[in-house]
Amino acid sequence: MAYRFDFASLLDYAPVLVHGVATTVGLTLVGAVLGVGIGIGGAAARSSANAPLRVAVGAYVELIRNTPFLVQLFFIFFGLPSLGVRLPEWQAALLAMVINLGAYATEIIRAGIDATPKGQVEAGASLGMSGPQIFRYIILGPAMGKIWPALTSQIIIVMLGSSVCSQIAVEELSFAANFIQSRNFRPFEVYFVATALYLALAVGLRWLLARLGDRLFARAARA
Amino acid sequence: MSLADGSVPPSPRPLVKLTNIRKSFGPVEVLKGVDMAVQEGQVVAMIGRSGSGKSTLLRSINGLERIDDGVIEVDGECVDPSQIDLRALRLKVGMVFQQFNLFPHLSAGENVMLALKVVKKQDKASCRAAAEQALAKVGLGHKFDAYPSHLSGGQQQRVAIARSLAMAPKVLLCDEITSALDPELVSEVLSVVRKLAEEGMTLLLVTHEMRFAREVCDSLVFMHGGRIIEQGPPAELFDHPKTAELAQFVGMVEAR
Amino acid sequence: MLNFTFWDILSNLLLAARWTVLLSAIAFVCGGVAGLLVLLARVAPLRPLQGAMKIYIELFQGTPLLMQLFIVFFVLPLVGVETSPWTAAAVSLTLFTSAYLAEIWRGCVDAVPKGQWEASASLALSYGEQMRYVVLPQALRIAVPPTVGFSVQVVKGTAVTSIIGFVEITKAGTMITNATFQPFLVYGLVGLLYFALCYPLSLSAKALERKLNVAR
Repeated sequence: MAYRFDFASLLDYAPVLVHGVATTVGLTLVGAVLGVGIGIGGAAARSSANAPLRVAVGAYVELIRNTPFLVQLFFIFFGLPSLGVRLPEWQAALLAMVINLGAYATEIIRAGIDATPKGQVEAGASLGMSGPQIFRYIILGPAMGKIWPALTSQIIIVMLGSSVCSQIAVEELSFAANFIQSRNFRPFEVYFVATALYLALAVGLRWLLARLGDRLFARAARA
Repeated sequence: MSLADGSVPPSPRPLVKLTNIRKSFGPVEVLKGVDMAVQEGQVVAMIGRSGSGKSTLLRSINGLERIDDGVIEVDGECVDPSQIDLRALRLKVGMVFQQFNLFPHLSAGENVMLALKVVKKQDKASCRAAAEQALAKVGLGHKFDAYPSHLSGGQQQRVAIARSLAMAPKVLLCDEITSALDPELVSEVLSVVRKLAEEGMTLLLVTHEMRFAREVCDSLVFMHGGRIIEQGPPAELFDHPKTAELAQFVGMVEAR
Repeated sequence: MLNFTFWDILSNLLLAARWTVLLSAIAFVCGGVAGLLVLLARVAPLRPLQGAMKIYIELFQGTPLLMQLFIVFFVLPLVGVETSPWTAAAVSLTLFTSAYLAEIWRGCVDAVPKGQWEASASLALSYGEQMRYVVLPQALRIAVPPTVGFSVQVVKGTAVTSIIGFVEITKAGTMITNATFQPFLVYGLVGLLYFALCYPLSLSAKALERKLNVAR
């Protein structure tokens, strides 16, 4: 084996990597907030009394969960302009991530809601609370606390999945790696470092979300 | 085998001998140097409050809990914590659990046959014969093909007893085997144990059934705070407790 | 510009779908076998082995499939192994699948009550016998629904292999789009094809889970 490893040549491209990491992190954080927001709305809609709404949200969830993220991304970026919706790369990527996470989050949060003891809802109702009030004040907090680990895993999956956004030229971490290796012809070193950075991001994100969950749902988790 | 006055006849070598058993869970020492001997054919009940260490002691006898210090001898087989031949030990020591722990994917008969086949390498016919015999002994000969989920708690526990008995252990450990049962199912299990006791099986029980302990056992062991603080014939312990702890415990269980 | 009718597009996509199915099947079967080995090592009573498998699983679950694919695709040639997009795709999806399935199945092994280990240990069964006769049969039963559910992730994962030039549905879609300039129609059909492959799997995973819950 004549190949000689040369990680030093990567140093020249450090700013490119940093830019890539920042883009990946930014897309993930914004995507996570919006996606979880959609998930909460979707879960509420799924347990609402409005049947057409329930069916529509159900169709959205199944359609997204049973198609690849890459195809969703291509459809949004290449397909939607036919309808006159032309989005810049990063917006298309963000939209795809939000729609994707929203579907999974809907399903995850709904499972948490389904696990709410019936007596809790009845207690709220007997205190004269409305349906939305019961959802907001009684159901949501404990449900989110319960499913937070599952939601965390899903957010990390979306972050890792965002690597394919390089294919529509979003300048995130994978794009940076492709760019560098096309210049220095050191594919192994470049992809090795990029992969290690993703791993670090995944570990860091998991840590961050665990702390966040502790703060947000500590009371609910203790209950 | 006990004499009329409840004392144990001298024997050259007890079947189970525990010497200075120590065990900690993290910083908490749950067994603080326990010595105990069980003669062949003896029926011994361990009593005491929850947390007194009696279940841990019982579970250490067949190696489910690893002891930190001390020596366990079963039928002359010396087992110290550093070099336990668990398989040899467990062939001599049977165990019945509070939660039955039947294998849910196997029928009653298969539950009994599994270890005969896998551990003792018996052929199919003799496995089946032994299992039928063991199930008949606990009054469940007709439930050979029933799955645990279709049996009552009392029936499940009797299958569990049969499963242990089929291995022909030297001593049978019973860990609160009626505690998980509905009250009306307790007696069917206890009568099986009583029958085993009458047949001369060596039994070591952790139990909260005080009347049963009084009627069936040769000897009681009262544990408190990780130590044995009184032992002797049931009548003596119940009627004339020597320590305040036992007196309090007896008062508590009799008030129930 | 070539003239592509709707049927031309669909039939070309369907032809490419064969490769998606074949790649999924290979990754799922090989990944399943490898995953079982990883599982056994992951739960074996040997600390170093457990630790090594834990790292293996975390590596594959903590990095993008795309990067795994690139590393296999670009590194195997460096050590003298000829790779085609096809072998790289099969190898990396197999590894990816093995890590996820091992972790799913470990959850199922953990879900077998401790009393089952204790009862079988008390009957003098060795660790291997406890695993084989008592724990695995119970764990595998509850493992069926999530395993079928994960097959959906494998099918979707194959789309990423289009990026290294493996011609499956997504890559075929890109090629047809470049020839027809009908991205909305083509990617819409691509999405529906994946849905047609995945949705039955999702449904059966759900049905199996319901059946399992009823049986309990």
